[in-house]
Amino acid sequence: MNARDRILARVRAAVEGAPEAPPVVRDYLVSHTPDDPAAVLDLLHENLVDYRARVHRTDEAGIGALVAGLLAARGAGSVLVPRGLPPEWLAEAACAHVEDGAESTAADLDAVTSVVTGCALAIAETGTLVLDGGPAQGRRRITLVPDHHICVVRVPGQIVASVPQAMARLDPGRPLTWISGPSATSDIELDRVEGVHGPRTLDVVLLSP
Amino acid sequence: MSGTFVGMPAFPKAARDAVRDTTLRGNLRHATHTIRDKRAKAVAELDDWQQLREAGKRIKDLTLRHLDRHLLRLEESVTAAGGTVHWAADAAEANRIVGDLVKATGETEVVKVKSMATQEIGLNEALAAEGIHAYETDLAELIVQLGDDRPSHILVPAIHRNRAEIRAIFRDRMAGWGRPAPEGLTDNPADLAEAARLHLREKFLRAKVGISGANFMVAETGTLVVFESEGNGRMCLTLPETLISVVGIEKTVPTWQDLEVFLQTLPRSSTAERMNPYTSMWTGTADGDGPQTFHLVLLDNGRTDALADDVGRQALRCIRCSACLNVCPVYERAGGHAYGSVYPGPIGAILTPQLRGTTSEIDASLPYASSLCGACYEVCPVAIDIPEVLVHLREKVADRGGPGHRLEKAAMKAATWAMDHPGAMAAGERAASRTRALHPRRPPGAGAWTDSRDLPELPAEPFRDWWRKNRT
Ligand code: SF4
Repeated sequence: MNARDRILARVRAAVEGAPEAPPVVRDYLVSHTPDDPAAVLDLLHENLVDYRARVHRTDEAGIGALVAGLLAARGAGSVLVPRGLPPEWLAEAACAHVEDGAESTAADLDAVTSVVTGCALAIAETGTLVLDGGPAQGRRRITLVPDHHICVVRVPGQIVASVPQAMARLDPGRPLTWISGPSATSDIELDRVEGVHGPRTLDVVLLSP
Repeated sequence: MSGTFVGMPAFPKAARDAVRDTTLRGNLRHATHTIRDKRAKAVAELDDWQQLREAGKRIKDLTLRHLDRHLLRLEESVTAAGGTVHWAADAAEANRIVGDLVKATGETEVVKVKSMATQEIGLNEALAAEGIHAYETDLAELIVQLGDDRPSHILVPAIHRNRAEIRAIFRDRMAGWGRPAPEGLTDNPADLAEAARLHLREKFLRAKVGISGANFMVAETGTLVVFESEGNGRMCLTLPETLISVVGIEKTVPTWQDLEVFLQTLPRSSTAERMNPYTSMWTGTADGDGPQTFHLVLLDNGRTDALADDVGRQALRCIRCSACLNVCPVYERAGGHAYGSVYPGPIGAILTPQLRGTTSEIDASLPYASSLCGACYEVCPVAIDIPEVLVHLREKVADRGGPGHRLEKAAMKAATWAMDHPGAMAAGERAASRTRALHPRRPPGAGAWTDSRDLPELPAEPFRDWWRKNRT
């Protein structure tokens, strides 16, 4: 017998005769937040800040200047631009724009200062951004290697209140990255320190129409 | 299960050494108390915690009851998504599979994201024997690896080290493994994290093979999930060309929706956060994004033995949050190393003897390394009744050993140790009486799959009495 058959046979023998397990009851809450878009937005803002993301609010008219200002303040020499990023977002950014081509290596990305992306959705109750590689998001590595990530969330369309609401909207077939604040570690005396391998600065732009 | 630390003394001896080490005790006490209070706060934010806990428990129980079906489904989904599935009955088989896969790439270096399963099977040592260097990339694992040390906590393997010790390890050892520590490194945690960032970055950027575990595997979609904080996981999961994930068969959940439960309970139980900084989910391979070759190694290594025990099998629900370690009065005093395996604390005391059997003195003594206070059950997000399993395993040890047997002696020494430490006992008994009042007793006649909202059958008599009675 090969290992597969051996393991499956052992599993079957192990539970043979065991009573049936009770069914899963999903009587937990779908959301912990009142169904009020303004409250959900404020909660997202608060929770992002709580985990040390820097949060900015703007609208379509202001986004170009806001993003340009964030890049300039960072002293960004270059910015990574994923496919499908609305051109207005970077219209006023003076630094060099770098495309993430199939041939760019991790070392190439390491030389870039900042990256600007959209997201698939944001979860208010946990202060989480979820990226799924869709338009304006690029490959997973582009939001990982540069040290500064600017992520734009469309208000209210991309905001959900809770984790269960997020799960219902996400496609498991896509590679998903859930981001809650900048990279951090609690490995030294269980004390949270921001900034290890992922971007150490996370700017979140809440973009209203 | 391999990975017994060679020459590991039985629990009481190792615990005695730990208690004498005042630095270790200070480090542990500080760290576990900090996280304890934070966890309580993070959990209190959710009004439906008990419902989430019960749902998590039932999802796991139902999966385990039909594990064969879910594993086959998982295999089908992962394969359809472009991955290759391997099955490993034990540690040796898993190590051979991974070694062969790495050799087939022609590489001699791999980067690793923290994984209990690969520690359990001793993968790094097995790869080293084949001439393959495995670099640990989690900060705490790096501290352990550079310090030529052993992990002592599930989540924070270097919890026994304080910042001054970490600084010394980095200063003395980094150069031997790659980029040296920066000149004038201080013991400020931010500086230590920066040193790790610089040291590991060159390894991430050139890595061709990544090795991981997974917190969950979704049978219906073939999705694997890794929770982490630092971004080293994302590096290992997305930059290499080949990804090999070694995962225990009990990590399976049936549906995508099931994750919504654990995505809420795991971060709050482990790092006491609403959400950990990074969670990666991947399904096979994705065109042009991340590794183009993906191997999943499904590991048994004693899990089916635990599954066959109708009381002990609940240990397989464990999602490795480490909350039970952080509240355990015995762990706090004895330290993680005393448990003699990669799974320390209350979960280690019930999991290790089941995975490895109770034939060695250390494993036979583990079920006795507890005051049965029940604090571990209270915090467990999947409601594992650890005291119940401990009592059950004690009976098994007693059956096997008999009076005067060396195993029984080891066990009794562990019990004596726990009893002779008034601190460990008193804290334990306090916790028990505190939590006791909150819950009704379990109704008589409840079967093997009980409801978490009922109290575990804590021994009504205090541990001291229990011990006296069972000693003779
Ligand atoms: S036994 Fe429960 S509390 Fe302990 S690590 Fe496992 S899931 Fe967490």
